[in-house]
Amino acid sequence: MNFLSDPIKVISTWLTSLLTGWGLSAGLTSVLLSLVGIVLMITAVMVLDIMLVWVERKVVARFQGRLGPNRVGPYGLFQPFPDIIKLIIKEDITPDGADKLVYNMAPIISLGSVIFLWAVVPIAARIYGADLNVALLYMVAAGSLGTLSIIMAGWASNNKYALLGAFRQVAAMISFEIPMVVALLIPTILTGSLSLQVITDKQSGGNWFFLLSPLGALLFLVSAIAELGRSPFDLNEGESEIVSGYHIEYTGMKFGLFYAGELLHAFTFGGFLSILFFGGWHGPAASTYPLLGVFYFVVKAMIGYWVIMWIKYTVPRIRIDHMLMFNWKFLTPLAFALLIVTAVTNSLLKGSSFYMPGMFLSNFLLGWITIEIMRFSSRKQRLAVKAPEPAVQH
Amino acid sequence: MQNPWIYVGLFLLIGIIIPIIPIAFSALIAPKKPNPIKQSTYECGIETVGVSQVQLKAQYYIFALVFLIFDVETVFLFPWAVSLNALPFFAVAEGVLFILILMAGLVFAWRKGMLEWV
Amino acid sequence: MAASQIIFIFSAALIIASAVMVVSSRNLIHAALWLIAALFGVAILYAVLDAGFLAVVQVVVYIGAIAIMFIFAVMLTHRDMRDSGVQVNPGWPLAAVLSLLTFGGLFAILSKWNGLGNLPAPIPGTTNTLAQLGLALTSPDAYVLPFEVASVLLLAALIGSVYVAMNKK
Repeated sequence: MNFLSDPIKVISTWLTSLLTGWGLSAGLTSVLLSLVGIVLMITAVMVLDIMLVWVERKVVARFQGRLGPNRVGPYGLFQPFPDIIKLIIKEDITPDGADKLVYNMAPIISLGSVIFLWAVVPIAARIYGADLNVALLYMVAAGSLGTLSIIMAGWASNNKYALLGAFRQVAAMISFEIPMVVALLIPTILTGSLSLQVITDKQSGGNWFFLLSPLGALLFLVSAIAELGRSPFDLNEGESEIVSGYHIEYTGMKFGLFYAGELLHAFTFGGFLSILFFGGWHGPAASTYPLLGVFYFVVKAMIGYWVIMWIKYTVPRIRIDHMLMFNWKFLTPLAFALLIVTAVTNSLLKGSSFYMPGMFLSNFLLGWITIEIMRFSSRKQRLAVKAPEPAVQH
Repeated sequence: MQNPWIYVGLFLLIGIIIPIIPIAFSALIAPKKPNPIKQSTYECGIETVGVSQVQLKAQYYIFALVFLIFDVETVFLFPWAVSLNALPFFAVAEGVLFILILMAGLVFAWRKGMLEWV
Repeated sequence: MAASQIIFIFSAALIIASAVMVVSSRNLIHAALWLIAALFGVAILYAVLDAGFLAVVQVVVYIGAIAIMFIFAVMLTHRDMRDSGVQVNPGWPLAAVLSLLTFGGLFAILSKWNGLGNLPAPIPGTTNTLAQLGLALTSPDAYVLPFEVASVLLLAALIGSVYVAMNKK
C-alpha cells in the first residue's frame, strides 16, 4: 500500500494496529479513529475559514480599488489573527430582555450548520467523511438548521431590526430553497444517485455536468447566493436600512461565529458548485494521487467562491418584493421547466451518441425561450407604466 | 464503519462542540462590566418603543405555506429522479404529470395574486 | 447491539422530554423550539433504523418547513408571547387515566407479541433503497396511483391556502 495513492487508508491502518496492540476492541478503535478524523477535518476547515477572512478582505479591496490588509505579515496574510484576538478579548454584551439561552445558541448553530456540510464533501479520491446515499438531501437539511439559527438570533435579540432582518432573510431563504433543490435534482437525474461520491465519479475525464446542463449550474449558483444571504440578496443585512439585521446585537466572538459561518458557507457552496457541475476533485492524475485531488478541489471551490464574491461586490441590493417575485414568478417555473426538459431528454437520448449535444441543446433552447419571454413581458410592463410627466416650471 | 450515520452523528456532535470553544474561551478572558446603558437595545440611537417582538404581516406566512407545499413535492421527486435511468418512458411521464399538476397550482396562486408582496 | 440501544434510549428521552416541554412551556416560541428538538429526535431514530432518506426528509420538511411556518404563524397572531392562563383544564385526571390505560394496553399487547425481541434483518449493502422506492412509486403494480393522488392532494392544499389567504383580506 502506497502512502501517495491512499494516505488516509495508510494512516488509519497504522493507527488501528497501534491501538488494537494496546488492547482496545475493534469497535472502539474504529469510533476513536473516526473521532480523530473528524476533529482533524473540522480543524482544517476552521483554519481555512480563518484564511478566508484574509481572502475576502483582499478581494473586496481589489474590487473597490483599494489595497486591503497589507501591514501584518507579507501581503497582510497574518491579518486574521489580530482580528481573532480582538474578537476574543472584546466584552460580550447581552442586550436587556434577550432570551439568554436561545441568544447564545444561535451563533453556535449558525456555524455548526455550515460545518455539518463537510461531513459529506468528497475532498479527493478516497478522502471524504461519510458516503451517505442521501448526501444531497443532507445538505438541504443542514441548510434548514441554518435557517432556524437565523430565526433564533432575530427573535432572541429583543430588537425590532433584528427581528425584521431575520424574517426577511428567512422568507427569502425558504423561497429560494425550491429552485435550489430542483437544481440539485438535475445532477441526480444525470447520475441516478444522491451520493456526492457517485456524482463526482460520473464526471471523471472532463465529463462535467456543466456541459450537459449549463442552465442547471446557473440556477444552482443564483439560488445558492440567495441561500447564503449574500448581495444582491442580502436583505438580512441591509446596513443602511436595518443596520445588519439579525446579528445587530451580537458582539465579540458571537458575532465572529456568524461572520465565520457566512464566509465558510460561501466557500462551501463554491465547493458544492464544483462537485455538482465542474467535476469536483477530478483533474489530471488526481485519482492516482489524492493529494493532487485536494489541490484541484480547493482551486475549483475558490473559483466558485470568487464568482460569488464577484457578484456580491458588483450588484446592488434588490428590494424584497422584487426578490420574492423573481423567485416565484421566474426562477421556480424555470427550474421546474428545466427539470421536465432534462428528464424527458435524458430518457429519450440515453445511450445514443447524440446524448451530450442533445442535453446541451435542450438547455440552450430553454434558456433562449426564457430570454424571449422575458423580453416580451418586460416590454409589456414598460409600456404599462406611464412615464412621469416633467414638472412644469412657473 | 458499517452505518455511515454513526460517523455523521459523531460529526454533528463535534461540529457543535467546536464553535462553543471560542465562545467559552472568550467568556473566560473577556472583561465583564455590564451597565444598563450598554445593555439597552440598539435601534439607531432612538429609544425602543413598545415590545420588540412585533406582529408581522400575513405575507410571510403565505409564502411559508406555498414553500411547504413545494418542499413536500420535491421530496417526492427525489426517489423518482434517482430511479429515472431505470424507468420506462411512461413512468417518466408520470413524474412530469406530477410536476405539471403542481405547476397548475402555482399558476392558480399567481393569478389570484397570492404571490404579490403587498 | 448495545450502541444502537444507547442511541435509542438517548433519543427517546430527548423526544419525550421535548414533547413535555412543548406542552408545558408558557412561551410560544420556546414551545416551537422544543417541538423542533422533538422532531430532531425522531430523525435520529430513523437514522438508527438505517432509513437515511426518511431521516433527512424529517429534518428538511418538519424542521425546515413546518416548524418555520409555525414560528411565522406565532409571530403573525400573538402580540403577547406569554400566556398567563391556567395550563390544565378541569378534565385532566380523566385524560391521565385514559392515557395510562392506553399505555398499559399497548404494553400488554406488545409484550405478548413474540417478534418483539427480534432485530431487523440487515439490508444488503448493494441494494439502492432509494432507487427501489422510486421504482415502486412509478410502477403501475405498486404505488403510481397514490403518487399521482399525492400531487392532487398538494394542489388541493395550495388552493385551500389561497382561499384562506384571500378571505382574510
